[in-house]
Amino acid sequence: MATPNQHKSRWTLGFCLLLFAHISYSAEVAVAVSQNDVQWINRITYGIDSTTLAQYRAMGRKNYLESQLKPPYEFLTPSAQAAVDVLSISTRSAEQFLADADFENRRINALPDGDEKAKARQSLQEAQDRVAFEAAKRHLLRAVYSPAQLKEQMTWFWLNHFSVFRYKANLRWSVADYEERAIRPHALGNFRDLVRATLKHPAMLVYLDNAQSSANKINENYARELLELHTMGVNGGYTQTDVQEIARILTGVGVNSNPAPTHVKPEWQNLVVREGAFEFNPARHDFGDKFFLGQSIAGSGFSEVERAIDVIVKNPATARYVSQKLALQFVSDDPPAELVARMAQAFTRSDGNIPSVLRVMFSSKEFNASLGTKFKDPMHYVVSALRLSYDAQTRAGQTFVNLKPANNMLNSLGEGLYGHLTPDGYGLRESDWGSAGQMSKRFEVAKWMGSSNAGLFDPDDGSPAKITGFPQLSSRLYFDAIEPGLSQTTRDALSKAAAQWEWNAYLLGSPEFMFH
Amino acid sequence: MKRRTLLQAGLIASGLASGVHLHAAGTTQNRFLLLFLRGGYDAANLLVPTSSNFYYDSRPTIAISRPDPSNPLSAIQLDTNWGLHPSLRDSVAPLFAKKEMAFIPFAGTNDTSRSHFETQDSIEAGMATQTMGTVSSGFLNRLSQVLGGTPISFTDALPTIFKGDLAVANISLKGVGKPAYDLRQSAVLADMYARNRLEASVREGLNLRQEVAREFDQEMQMANRGAISAKGFELEARRIARLMRERYQIGFVDVGGWDTHINEGAAQGTLANNLADLGRGLAGFAQEMGPAWKQTVVLVVSEFGRTLRENGTRGTDHGHGSVYWVLGGGLGNAAGKVVGEQRTVERKNLFQDRDFPVLNEYREILAGLFSRMYGLSESDLNRVFANVSPKDVGLI
Repeated sequence: MATPNQHKSRWTLGFCLLLFAHISYSAEVAVAVSQNDVQWINRITYGIDSTTLAQYRAMGRKNYLESQLKPPYEFLTPSAQAAVDVLSISTRSAEQFLADADFENRRINALPDGDEKAKARQSLQEAQDRVAFEAAKRHLLRAVYSPAQLKEQMTWFWLNHFSVFRYKANLRWSVADYEERAIRPHALGNFRDLVRATLKHPAMLVYLDNAQSSANKINENYARELLELHTMGVNGGYTQTDVQEIARILTGVGVNSNPAPTHVKPEWQNLVVREGAFEFNPARHDFGDKFFLGQSIAGSGFSEVERAIDVIVKNPATARYVSQKLALQFVSDDPPAELVARMAQAFTRSDGNIPSVLRVMFSSKEFNASLGTKFKDPMHYVVSALRLSYDAQTRAGQTFVNLKPANNMLNSLGEGLYGHLTPDGYGLRESDWGSAGQMSKRFEVAKWMGSSNAGLFDPDDGSPAKITGFPQLSSRLYFDAIEPGLSQTTRDALSKAAAQWEWNAYLLGSPEFMFH
Repeated sequence: MKRRTLLQAGLIASGLASGVHLHAAGTTQNRFLLLFLRGGYDAANLLVPTSSNFYYDSRPTIAISRPDPSNPLSAIQLDTNWGLHPSLRDSVAPLFAKKEMAFIPFAGTNDTSRSHFETQDSIEAGMATQTMGTVSSGFLNRLSQVLGGTPISFTDALPTIFKGDLAVANISLKGVGKPAYDLRQSAVLADMYARNRLEASVREGLNLRQEVAREFDQEMQMANRGAISAKGFELEARRIARLMRERYQIGFVDVGGWDTHINEGAAQGTLANNLADLGRGLAGFAQEMGPAWKQTVVLVVSEFGRTLRENGTRGTDHGHGSVYWVLGGGLGNAAGKVVGEQRTVERKNLFQDRDFPVLNEYREILAGLFSRMYGLSESDLNRVFANVSPKDVGLI
């Protein structure tokens, strides 16, 4: 846990790096920003704002991309960082939350039936809701304010790829930790580490029931989805027998939030694996030999899992499937096969290094040709609207004080964080989000955002709003970067606005703002 | 239901496919609602094989006990082999008793991936698995084109089953409120999308929003006065019935939460609660349709059944054959029966020694239903389901 001072020094360091970049590439500054540049920024980031545009102008496209693929600094604005620092999830792990919840549950169960018991149950539920909301709040703050925009997008992408649903069992205690420890550190790292980290996280193990699977009492839920959704894809070439074999390999991979050591037979003691609330318990493991994806894997404990991960990640189907999904997110609803093949080669060559695959994708002619044509999913839509609408406040160092409205917007558009019931995650195509019903919801969000402060600056305690009224969308940024790209049809509509809020809502509801 | 009237309606209707249909009266008087239970519901605990000892041996903790009039938590006897889950005693069981319902066990698809997502997609596409990927439309979209009836999806997003050449509107009726934009503002928004590929979506979405607000204005006023109204899926199903009664002929809705890998319960518990909600919704839908119920068919499907044996966590894993439900006020001689090809439930009859086999392929069953219901010609039927021989099990 970093202290506020450390954050401040990171901020200063980051600022110096920016200045350095500015000086080095000042020759490019004078050039006006083209629509191609704007659209490129809109795809690499969650949407253009003044700060991003200044960085891009200072660094140039190539260096900006490199800084996004390997962010040298990773700081929020001081006020956004302060808002993250005060969250309980910034100081407590899933393991601690789960252990405390276990303790509290035992206390409640011992109470006599009646009001006190019911109230204690309810307050524990509310505490769990608050912790899950903190996760969403942190995610949104970073999405809006972090200069490491691609990392934030990739964190969302992998969260969606290794999707969990917060309302299953006790997941509300662990989704923040899942994002912070299993996903985010590897978002621009190695794919194998993502598979391993998600496989060992209580959120995933509880969500897909592996925590309950043991020798001769198999539950094959996670085993199947690990192959089908996380790595090889449904047509990846594995069989029902492979699913059953990996399910056997995964027996004993589970959760134990009790800090006391795992007690097993002495000869198994050194086979126990504990990391936080993750536990590999040999007493629950099927030690028989397995035959998985053409490989014999001798029964030996958790090392079987390590071996299986290796076999899965090295399988060419995984390189293809992951590349295809990245291209679906960032390039096209129907990614060009040739591009996917080149990305898969980069995946294999680099042994699953994510920036290597992304670099091939973002530098491709296919990517450039696709700019401006991909329909935004709700996450991208909402965050880009927030970044544009409150650009002036961001530059002035002001941060949203209430993220519930933003979270509610995502929920009402059907893409709430940690909110997809089934493990396939949200769809990434226009056809998943552009239906009649969804378009009318989007216009409602445009009005909500365009006609008031949307509650984003209203403190939860009921004290007066920090900023009132609707945002000023017709800003310098608008005239520099947005207005030149508007069609005549959209200009006509804007000219028919009977009030400023209407103008705002039309702009946020325009086709130009729906695509990126 | 008289087949001749249906036939005429189908003929008049053909060739009327168009993206603009909000105000169209719709030319077929028959209504069809497809209800998809997403997650692969445990059909063996809905339609319980009460004559099978193997069922009881395979499910030590989650079986539904054999019919016993003195035990309200036992299965409701439907015939000598089958019983119904007791949570449906007051909702669906009476419909079965008055011959407004049938069940088709051993139903489903030949897809054996046991993947929720692939199986749902392939069923909604209505294609043989090996030809998937070459056709990107759903079979209700193709049916709507052939019939010219007015389709609608009662979902937040447009499901695969309705994707295709015909623009189909969608709106979830879980909640209905006042529209955000008045008619002038809606027109300005829609005009921005002239010639954009989302134009049809945008116009339909904005129009439908206005229509639904008008339709449910009275309901909202009554609710504001504190009138007791239905809850959950029943409320939604009653609203769906009102729109289908008035103006839509082909509808779709889905209900999730059926993937019971853990602690699914037996006569009581997770699955029982889900079934009870669903049953109340279906009974409410039938009642709300009024006289139009005679010309309505509701089909309830799911992507697959689950393992016959319970798993290590008092639940069931992904299986194969399912049980489809057919409801309507004018069903044929299948009404009040468990129909379609069947086998005794014993180990030797299991598919891959774990699941119910599929003996009644869903496209054949649906083709049989549609051809009777709408009097579709062979070529029209072929547009909906290519190269499928209709199987008539007497639903109509």
